[in-house]
Amino acid sequence: MSEKIKIKIDGKEFEVEKGITILEACKRFGIKIPTLCYHPDLTVAGICRICVVEIEGMDKLQPACAYPIDREMSIKTHSNKVRIARKTNLELILSEHYGDCYTCVRNGKCELQKLAADFGIDRYIFPSVTSPKYKIDNSSHAIVRDPNKCIHCKRCIRTCIDLQQVAALETANRGHNVQIQTALNKPISEVICINCGQCINRCPTGALRAKDPADEIWDAICDPSKFVVIQTAPSPRAAIGEEFGYPPGTCVTGKLNAALRRIGFDRIFDTNFAADLTIMEEGSELIERLKRKLVEGDKSVKLPMFTSCSPGWVKFIEHYYPQYLDHLSTCKSPQQMFGAIIKTYYAQKIGIDPAKIVTVALMPCAAKKFECNRPEMRDSGYKDVDYGLTTREMAAMIKEAGIDLHDMPDEDFDHPLGLGSGAGLIFGSTGGVMEAALRTVYEIVTGRPVPFKDLDITPIRGMEWIREASLVMENVKPEYKFLEGVEVKVAVAHGTANAKKLLRRLEEGKLDYHFIEIMACPGGCLGGGGQPIPTTPEIREARARAIYEEEKRLPVRKSHENPEIKQLYEEFLGKPLGELSHKLLHTHYTPRGKYFLGEENVL
Amino acid sequence: MIECKVDYLKRIIEDVLKVHGNHRSSLLPVLIAVNDKIGFISDMALVEISKQMDIPIAEIHGVMSFYSFLNKKKKGKYVIRICRSLSCEFKGKNRIKNVIMRELGIGVGETTDDGLFTLEETNCIGMCDRSPAMLINDRPYYNLTPERAIEILESYRGGKII
Repeated sequence: MSEKIKIKIDGKEFEVEKGITILEACKRFGIKIPTLCYHPDLTVAGICRICVVEIEGMDKLQPACAYPIDREMSIKTHSNKVRIARKTNLELILSEHYGDCYTCVRNGKCELQKLAADFGIDRYIFPSVTSPKYKIDNSSHAIVRDPNKCIHCKRCIRTCIDLQQVAALETANRGHNVQIQTALNKPISEVICINCGQCINRCPTGALRAKDPADEIWDAICDPSKFVVIQTAPSPRAAIGEEFGYPPGTCVTGKLNAALRRIGFDRIFDTNFAADLTIMEEGSELIERLKRKLVEGDKSVKLPMFTSCSPGWVKFIEHYYPQYLDHLSTCKSPQQMFGAIIKTYYAQKIGIDPAKIVTVALMPCAAKKFECNRPEMRDSGYKDVDYGLTTREMAAMIKEAGIDLHDMPDEDFDHPLGLGSGAGLIFGSTGGVMEAALRTVYEIVTGRPVPFKDLDITPIRGMEWIREASLVMENVKPEYKFLEGVEVKVAVAHGTANAKKLLRRLEEGKLDYHFIEIMACPGGCLGGGGQPIPTTPEIREARARAIYEEEKRLPVRKSHENPEIKQLYEEFLGKPLGELSHKLLHTHYTPRGKYFLGEENVL
Repeated sequence: MIECKVDYLKRIIEDVLKVHGNHRSSLLPVLIAVNDKIGFISDMALVEISKQMDIPIAEIHGVMSFYSFLNKKKKGKYVIRICRSLSCEFKGKNRIKNVIMRELGIGVGETTDDGLFTLEETNCIGMCDRSPAMLINDRPYYNLTPERAIEILESYRGGKII
């Protein structure tokens, strides 16, 4: 038990544990302190000075987010001194911000704008920036950087360096020349950025945003010669409601389908279907790897096998651990598998020229935009997925069309390719891919469902950074005799910083798992960089709850039992890991490395 | 040729790391040492330091950009830094600057064709009581007059530094 300390906040007495910050204490007792650079996911910086409070006996104001309660103290959270200091600090920040609110993607959802409104700012006390000073970095498929709107709160840096350990961004220069820059100040597309978009999700202003393809998509929808197909991933449906005022953790699958149909998409498909397809291929790949390694002693087969659904994670390993690319499953992500299937199987089935099909993917993710633009993702003979659209951008499109989700009825997906199992749905949460894979692999090998109550593999659920489980294969079917008695060990990690921990153990030869799921974003896809802002630990848990609850209600909960998947294999693909699967559903990776040179690379 | 340069750089950085160690906290001493040895820290050197110390390029770039005495580009053999702070300003630093610019035929931020001098301005160098003042590399010069400034430049040209 930690020591308790008596404190006074605004004259009221409270008792707290020694060491918690003033901000945490106030939050606990329902006292709101305005913050700006603070974010619950990130290390404390204490640089914006919006959360300053007065501590009796101290001359200077202290930042509530960074001041630990170490003794009995009396705190004032809105004395005149505090109020004036906060307002002045905010006015100073505003004086360096190029705030063209009408034309800003964060209009209405900007934390700086909200603070200015809350503080009743009605004019610039200090000189203001009247025209943009810096060039917008538009180089990436996924992330757009506008330094003019940056207020140097360093949330993006703390996200990139501490939370994700990617280190694409850092502060450069000093004084009022301070800027957030990439390595060597190169365009972000040329440095080690994994496009996870976590920085976008934490930016309080519009300085970081995703590259929005909505205009192109509207053009395609309005072009009668184009057949526009959208696939929707599991996470957006558990989060897009937040953009329309639903509480976090509300699944709006049916309403979203209706809205998309009103907007004018010709077909609405479920990425859960492609997730099931991924499980068929990836599960078979795992069994194949186990067989070749355990039975044939093939040294070229690498274990543990890593999942490859998360494009942020794929680019991370390409940069930081290219020597382990052979450990990565060769399966494409569900998004890309779906694109390839739509422009081949589905195009044939309904007799439409694939050149006329435009595939849009509604994703919780910024990296999916990069992924669909990878040059190798054209196995259908066309660009497999034309546009990746984030949850936020989809919400804007729906609003632009004058649609309110509240008014929508519940509608189904289009079929075939519109039926996804529960196993596919839980791809949206960290641990979901692993759970889905185990359900299928165990049942294929033994003929029985996984030995967990209601199929819920609880040891790998939750938000612990790294989770593990093992499953002994007993009484296996004759054709999988080589797996009899084998204890399959699996692990799940989310956030690339935790992936790094596992990879370090792999480097030391201390990793004895067979299969590891890694998602680049904290919480998995539901905490993705394309999800509604804000995303906090509580919101991630609410979204996860929504996904697991909806999963329970689905009629099919195992990928291999999805009738439309069976149909796809019967009519088109043949069998998992078959020739056509290899052509359309599997891919290869690019070792990128983490070092590159600037233009002045001479001595 | 390029290979030789890389090897040379690697060797220098290895030597520096032997002295300072490759812990994160040694980054600044390492950067100063490399800057002193080569005269500037090229992108290539920066990447090499990143490799050998396992610190991301972006972080080193950030640290480097904070310190104006760490050079990103090749500079003259002698870097003249004229103090631009208040005391020196009041005591006529502009006259000194103009005379040096005329004498060397370069502006602030430029390097002479012979590669001998680079002219820069600096914030306070702590010589306020003897302003106007300037630094040439690490050596301070103070109570400057235009005549004295030219005399000092001549001494550097002649190799007999005063």
